[in-house]
Amino acid sequence: MINEKPTIKSTLKALLYLLPMLVVTITFSIWPIISSFMMSFYTKYDYYNDKVSAIGFDNFVTLWQDPEFHLAVRNTLIFVVGVVPITVILSLIIALLLNQIKWLSGFFRTVYFLPFVTSTVAIAMVWNWIYHSDYGLMNYFLGLVGIHPINWLTDPNYSLLALIIMSIWKNLGFNIILFLVGLNNIDKHYYQAAEIDGANSWQRFWNVTIPLLSPITFLVSVNGVIGSFKVFDQVYALFGGQPGPAKADLTIVYYLFEKFYTENKYTLAAASGVFLFFLILLVTLVQMWYSRKHVHY
Amino acid sequence: MAKKLSKVIIYVLLSVGAITMLVPFIWMVSTSLKTGPETIKVPPIWIPKVLQWGNYIKAWNAAPFAQYFINSVVVTVVTTVGQLFTSILAAFAFSRLQFYGKNLLFMIFLGTMMIPGEMLIIPNFVTLSKLGMIDHYAALIVPWLASFFTVFTLRQTFQATPDQIYYAAKIDGASDWKYLWTVLVPMSKSTITAVTVLAVIGSWNSFMWPLIATNSENMRTLPVGLQAFTTDSGTTYELLMAASTFVIIPMVILYMFLQKYIIAGISKAGLKG
Repeated sequence: MINEKPTIKSTLKALLYLLPMLVVTITFSIWPIISSFMMSFYTKYDYYNDKVSAIGFDNFVTLWQDPEFHLAVRNTLIFVVGVVPITVILSLIIALLLNQIKWLSGFFRTVYFLPFVTSTVAIAMVWNWIYHSDYGLMNYFLGLVGIHPINWLTDPNYSLLALIIMSIWKNLGFNIILFLVGLNNIDKHYYQAAEIDGANSWQRFWNVTIPLLSPITFLVSVNGVIGSFKVFDQVYALFGGQPGPAKADLTIVYYLFEKFYTENKYTLAAASGVFLFFLILLVTLVQMWYSRKHVHY
Repeated sequence: MAKKLSKVIIYVLLSVGAITMLVPFIWMVSTSLKTGPETIKVPPIWIPKVLQWGNYIKAWNAAPFAQYFINSVVVTVVTTVGQLFTSILAAFAFSRLQFYGKNLLFMIFLGTMMIPGEMLIIPNFVTLSKLGMIDHYAALIVPWLASFFTVFTLRQTFQATPDQIYYAAKIDGASDWKYLWTVLVPMSKSTITAVTVLAVIGSWNSFMWPLIATNSENMRTLPVGLQAFTTDSGTTYELLMAASTFVIIPMVILYMFLQKYIIAGISKAGLKG
């Protein structure tokens, strides 16, 4: 490593290298973060002239009292709980299976990862067609095993499930890759030692693989939770610019979008963004606290 | 014997999974080549009697997809090149140069990665409308010209480059600038390829911001245009699937050619981050 000490001259030089990135980041990331927090407290705001005539907690009170926002939070939580655990477990299983084979394993990786590179909007159109109640593939397959047709996209009882299934399908590949890397990094000596100690393959799995994979499992869960809390594109595209039937798929970001884009309630939208930030922060902290007890580094 | 049997079971399970992953794509392409009446046949037909390649031309002309395509290409290329340029410079400063406040600045940037980007949309919209950039290419490009994810990944690679190479270049009289572009960047080709491909995919597929930042039809990118097309065209599924196919195809081709870089990039950034 270099042991030079920073000087005024070297700092100026570094600043020149950092400048393009700094200008963009400060204008479009750091300032907006501060601005969002401030905006959420503006109660009378004229954005054309950027004049604030009153501040207070009104926006948060409005959110607290808005049944639609409650619905958005509820739907988002159901979505997160529906998507993340299943994605983590399924991708772990697939990664474990892929790790056992050599022949065709490259082909399988390519296939499982494919949804990740495709446009969410375009693939949501395809799923919209798959979920078609009369001619869709889903109901056709269900019909083969004797299940009656389901109105996936028009029945509020099923539309959130439809969104969850599609999202699991789209997210699997990314997590499989991370698990595969994690499996690759496990030192083979651990398995040999366990074998010498007489552990069978099931015991080796539970006592070697699972604990040593726990940092990846943690990473995948945190990534998944954060990503799922921000769900928007899928909803918009799957339901053709609607938050599902009877708002059954209204999520927090969709709520933010509606308040901001459709209703021009900028400050209320900003408040819902701030709420989302703290919700994600809280859940991430809980996960980190849990991981300190259960993740083996 | 038991070992052989378990191998067979593994292949069967993986194949079932792979088919599940592929069915939506197959169904998309299959539908895109059907006639209208064929799309609503029960039970569904997988291979149409006569392949209706004309659907692709019909879909392409049913909306200004050529314009959308150009917009997507321009936005993706400029965003990616710009992002790469700002990130390479910043990553070099973080990995090689000494300056006051380095760690603090790095922590601030790491912190911004934790913020949900959706929060930033409102202030960014306000800023860009003041600058008169909404509904122009600038609005679709400028906010994305920096990516801390890219800086972070490149910094990892730059740091792993042996110091001796740097000092050897210095002794040969190379400036930092020259060392960066003629030695370090070529040496880091595979990481740069990885972050480039990820940036291209992200930019090409992005939806929420282009939806918000464009008003007029001729400024739409492909995903926004495709979304508008479905609302306008109703339920002609064969055309819709043809349109979805040509939105998806460029990234699938890119992925097929560069997948080893993409996967390496994700593992590198994902694990360290």
